[in-house]
Amino acid sequence: MERKKLYFEDVKEGAEIPVFEVTNLTRTDIVKYAGASGDFNPIHHDQTFAEAARYPTVFAHGMLNAGFVSKCLSDYVGRSGLRRFKVRFTSQVWPGDTIACGGKVIKKYEANGEKRIEGELYAKNQKGETVIQGGFVAALSSR
Amino acid sequence: MTMHIELGKIREFARAIKDDNPVYFDEQYAKKEAGGVMPPPTFTMTQSFWDEGQGHIELGLDLRRVLHGEQEFEYLRPVYAGDTLTARGRVSNVEKRPGKRGGEMTLVTLETEYKNQRGEVCLYARSTIIETAKPVEKKD
Repeated sequence: MERKKLYFEDVKEGAEIPVFEVTNLTRTDIVKYAGASGDFNPIHHDQTFAEAARYPTVFAHGMLNAGFVSKCLSDYVGRSGLRRFKVRFTSQVWPGDTIACGGKVIKKYEANGEKRIEGELYAKNQKGETVIQGGFVAALSSR
Repeated sequence: MTMHIELGKIREFARAIKDDNPVYFDEQYAKKEAGGVMPPPTFTMTQSFWDEGQGHIELGLDLRRVLHGEQEFEYLRPVYAGDTLTARGRVSNVEKRPGKRGGEMTLVTLETEYKNQRGEVCLYARSTIIETAKPVEKKD
């Protein structure tokens, strides 16, 4: 279960964060997140309610997609070094969608006695439409 | 509002977001890597489970027309399984904007501060909720 640790010295500005992909998101995935988060807004699991609100069907919680982005990010920078994580939801994610999460490092700097990196994040669907735009700051260890 | 950071809930949440990081599942690894099992970055979204009827802000928004616009987390100190967090929320901004697809939108920003059992501020969460004038239509 060992994972490769990312050191400040090994990161270059412009470095790409390895992509994490969720293929064919299911209604069950959405319901699992509703249960785990406690967000039972029926728009995310109740077809009748979604249709009454004039949506074609249920759609994923923005924070489920943000969770996928956070997984992609913490796989890269590690969990404990995260200092800031921000997402903006630009489009909905529907059952059957495939979501690719990624990002890149835009800046390396020092602040509060820590070596930090700042970067951009995204999540895109199978049509290439951006569903999340985000950003992060993380502190990394030095060699 | 007080939330107990429970190991089982951390793992349920990590599975829901398809995050297999051993920092949530392997206590020995987590201790070495992070000082203990930490919750996933967006875990405080579970706070509705800990609502005791205090600290919860009733926004009176129409759920059929509500969208989550933005979410931001600022992490000041680590949180571990076994910690107890106390949340205090406030509406930090309200604004109206013309929308592209759904008429006039109302944007409400909520800021929540989380302190641990020692009274130290561990994180801030800022949510921007959008209420559209009519439901957003699916694009094809």
